[in-house]
Amino acid sequence: MTMEISPVRKVVNSAMLSLSGICTLLVIGVLFFILGYLFVHGLRSLNLDFFTKLPKPSGETGGGMANAIVGSGKILMVATSIGVPIGFLAGIFLAEYSGKTFAFVIRYIVDLLNGVPSIVIGIVAYALVVRPMRHFSALAGGVALGIMMIPIAVRTTEEFLRSVSNSMREGAMALGATKAQTIFTVVVPAAMSGLISGMMLNLARVAGETAPLLFTALGNMFWSKGWLQPIATLPVMIYNYAIAPEEDLHQQAWAAGFVLLMLVLVVNITARTIIARGPASARR
Amino acid sequence: MASSTIASSVRHRTNKGLLARLRGGDEISYLVTLICAVAIFVVVTLIVLELWKNSQPAIKAFGWSFLTTTRWDPNGGKFGALPFVYGTCVTSAIALLIAVPLGVASAVFLAEMAPPKLSNLLTFLIELLAAVPSVIYGLLGIFVLLPLIRSYLVPALKGGFGYLPLFQGSFYGVSFLSAGLVLSVMIVPFIVSVSREVLLAVPTEQREAALALGATKWETTWDIVLPYASTGIFGSVFLALARALGETMAVTMVIGNTPKITASLLSPGYSIAAVIANEFAEASGDLYVSSLILAGLVLFGLTIVINALARILILTTARRAATA
Repeated sequence: MTMEISPVRKVVNSAMLSLSGICTLLVIGVLFFILGYLFVHGLRSLNLDFFTKLPKPSGETGGGMANAIVGSGKILMVATSIGVPIGFLAGIFLAEYSGKTFAFVIRYIVDLLNGVPSIVIGIVAYALVVRPMRHFSALAGGVALGIMMIPIAVRTTEEFLRSVSNSMREGAMALGATKAQTIFTVVVPAAMSGLISGMMLNLARVAGETAPLLFTALGNMFWSKGWLQPIATLPVMIYNYAIAPEEDLHQQAWAAGFVLLMLVLVVNITARTIIARGPASARR
Repeated sequence: MASSTIASSVRHRTNKGLLARLRGGDEISYLVTLICAVAIFVVVTLIVLELWKNSQPAIKAFGWSFLTTTRWDPNGGKFGALPFVYGTCVTSAIALLIAVPLGVASAVFLAEMAPPKLSNLLTFLIELLAAVPSVIYGLLGIFVLLPLIRSYLVPALKGGFGYLPLFQGSFYGVSFLSAGLVLSVMIVPFIVSVSREVLLAVPTEQREAALALGATKWETTWDIVLPYASTGIFGSVFLALARALGETMAVTMVIGNTPKITASLLSPGYSIAAVIANEFAEASGDLYVSSLILAGLVLFGLTIVINALARILILTTARRAATA
């Protein structure tokens, strides 16, 4: 006896399956549209002045965003020096020391912290740093982004340390290493390429954050000295220029958007390729 | 984990003097990493405490009426956040309405149909969408999406459904609809990547059994695989919802920033995150700042509850798949 599938079922089958394929194409299409549009528009507005000159006072055309590029760099340095050590060490604790229940609780809290809207983190950084110091500052912006870096730093560290085979730990201990020596001289180096890639991804993620900087780093049309003054950053500049009425500023916003997107995408693609190929993931 | 047995054996062996133990670094590294793990707990507590403490003046002044009144008047010292809550909910609802079918369908294609290599490549590309900074979505929203909506989508909607209150009134570009559309693009990657993982975790035997009984590929997917994975897919939707609720920049740039409650999706509105982004830096007076922080607390509460729910749903499916 052969089972005949009714033509209606066949049509529904192929229609729905193709529909799902079309949806995927649509989503991918949006990505290429964004890339293409920014590439064309951004590249057209980009010139050397963008990287070397200060913004012009309103009404004048030309100028660049040199201060915002340096500003973003400075804020990311502060953020990294807060978020990465805390996240990295906490990740080591979760992967190497913690019992099950405690690890579950911390992991859950980390996930919740990851879900806190960035604008709320901005409020907290305002209350903790800006208000007591009575000053918008690079430091405050860095604290906000630093807090945002913690969750991914923890999860990356834990994941990559867990992917290091236990035989390496046993080997090290059999040679007489203490647990700490095992972790820091064998396990962490074995997971190094994954750890660095993960931290780069983390950095790329907060590099584009705008909301928490609006009222912590604020912005600055000039160079910002030290760490305790308001400071310009690329994402905030894009926002301010995009909502400004002048056409010239829109062009600069496109240029800045292009630079920011390229940075974020290059880091993402490189880091993800390293993670996908890396020795640390071989066991998974 | 084998490492815990190793840890206990090490503890036996290092039963030496304090100095020797410190030189090995075990106690120090345990303590330092423990402190960092606890620090995360402290950070989250600090977030809650600071929000709570700094919103006290507004809570004392308005109580629950903060959430039920519509007048936002910084000069008159009256703060009602209902229009913002409304805007946040409406834009998120539009975003989900578009992103959920699109995202789940894509996840079905990637998990059930595409060959693994192609699926991995496409997923990689879709996850890149999630890496695009939100201010860039806003930039494209203002200069590309708004004109497109104005010249194509709105005439079509008015032509087809113009009798609905949802699509009445004049359209200026910035609106609930525009914000919802931008949001939908931003949350699709989350739905796709989590739903795909969940679908891939459905045991192959389930599919084989259905196919052996004569079901078509689509019937297998719709009647067997999707119900099996539904809890996890709901998890991914809640995760995306939490993102949409808290999303700030892209919404601020295209929603119009007008605190009004209207049935029409074509009119400008405001959202909780947008009002904080727009007014916080210039807010003067304790009550004004504290009202904005209270709005932040509301947003925080909303996203925390929804995130917690999402995590539970995703964990539940992961557990069930593991025991199956």
